[in-house]
Amino acid sequence: MSNGHEKVEKNIGLMIVLITILVSVGGLVQIVPLFFMNSTTQPVEGLKPYSALQLAGRDIYVSEGCYLCHSQMIRPFRAETERYGHYSVAGEFIYDHPFQWGSKRTGPDLHRVGGRYSDEWHRAHLINPRAVVPESVMPGYPWLQEPLNEPLIEKKMRLLKDVYGHPYTEEEIQGAAKALEGKTGLDAMIAYLQNLGTTIKTVR
Amino acid sequence: MFDSLFNSHWFDNQMFTSQFWEWFIIIPTLGGIAGCLFLIIWMSGNRPKSNEKIETMGHVWDENLEELNNPLPMWWLQMFHITLIFGIFYLIVYPGLGSYKGLWESTEVKTYEQEMKAAKTKYDPIYEKYQETAIEELAKDKTAVEIGQRLFATYCTVCHGSDARGVKGFPNLTDDDWLWGNDSKAIETSIMKGRQGAMPNLNLSEDEINTLAPYVLSLSGSASPSAEVITKGKELFTTKTCVACHGPEGKGTQAMGAPNLTDKTWLYGGTEADIKLTLAKGRQGKMPAHGDFLGKAKVHLLATYIYSLSVNK
Repeated sequence: MSNGHEKVEKNIGLMIVLITILVSVGGLVQIVPLFFMNSTTQPVEGLKPYSALQLAGRDIYVSEGCYLCHSQMIRPFRAETERYGHYSVAGEFIYDHPFQWGSKRTGPDLHRVGGRYSDEWHRAHLINPRAVVPESVMPGYPWLQEPLNEPLIEKKMRLLKDVYGHPYTEEEIQGAAKALEGKTGLDAMIAYLQNLGTTIKTVR
Repeated sequence: MFDSLFNSHWFDNQMFTSQFWEWFIIIPTLGGIAGCLFLIIWMSGNRPKSNEKIETMGHVWDENLEELNNPLPMWWLQMFHITLIFGIFYLIVYPGLGSYKGLWESTEVKTYEQEMKAAKTKYDPIYEKYQETAIEELAKDKTAVEIGQRLFATYCTVCHGSDARGVKGFPNLTDDDWLWGNDSKAIETSIMKGRQGAMPNLNLSEDEINTLAPYVLSLSGSASPSAEVITKGKELFTTKTCVACHGPEGKGTQAMGAPNLTDKTWLYGGTEADIKLTLAKGRQGKMPAHGDFLGKAKVHLLATYIYSLSVNK
């Protein structure tokens, strides 16, 4: 009977090295190449980077933790596309850093929520969801009615342009602060939500 | 030398930004299988003969309970081999090795399209059956109305409520008051193309608002202001162009979605404060278009359900 395993079991340093190699292979092979695929690195046709107001809304979406209950990832199943629209495509998330795919749906998926409801609906719903959907368990976000506080918007856009290569023009970056003037958190959120998933149209 | 392999129809040479990534996946994947095979052979090499005494590992518990260096049972060892064979089979028929498409050329999108096609053959005839029938007739068909109700529950309840009674700002579909008309064509158009209400902000002064609000309420008998307010209100109703949409008697115009002010149905609330807010800021009620998203067949049944709500009472 061979006792080869004894060498590994009694030599913890060797065991650590072998386990590390074993565990890394899955990640290296399955995850790393995703960053070098054409479908994940090229934007879909017509995709635009977020405008200043949409970007501010997106930051609220992240800071309020919307992603904890809402996904932005419609899977290619009939049950999902009938309800939400065209399945999500990697090239739609090129300008999301980080993307908001989420992993849990306490509320519905939001990837194609853009254009589905009116601005007024979003306004009423964000302030108090039960004003429009009595069965809703979503918390209200009434403080979004306060004026937007985004002193760093230009810096953020410049960072996205310089580091991530988002095609912002100099004009857009310099006009960012002006675009946010007099806007509330709700305005920004609605601008963001109404733009979500609108690059690919669902046509039946 | 592998260019022709990766350019063959078995591979999708557009998948990666560089051929390096093909190898980056293929080598560790196949190497992993080879490594596992090697490990299994190495560890299970010389099995003890049946009469051979099995040595202990030197661990003893409870006086005489010993740990013996027994090999894996054969059935267990064979399961390792089976996983390896399954792995190789899987990598041949399914995509897994770089951009290799697999023998069956299966993709998520293809699976999805098959699912959609199967559903189309199953459900399209059901929808088509109703497509030809006029909504007025269809509203008497219980099954058609029930299908419409299910669709309503999926797509419409978020604004109009699960009972279709709506909420403030989102119309009640069960009453007899219709902003854009209740003939079947109007309902179908509302769903297909959407509607945009347009009560403008008329830049009224506070005085004007305070006169107009009670006057508007008096049209439906909801308030009884003094004769002076009514005279002044009536004048403002004309001079401030309210009549253009709501008509001289305030009965509204369905062609432009201007509500009837002489009934007691109020989309944005019927208190004086609500009316004042509407006068001060205007209202831009919007029904989003659903034609592209739902398609004609579903909209036809949805319209049937909505039509039935106010007719089949």
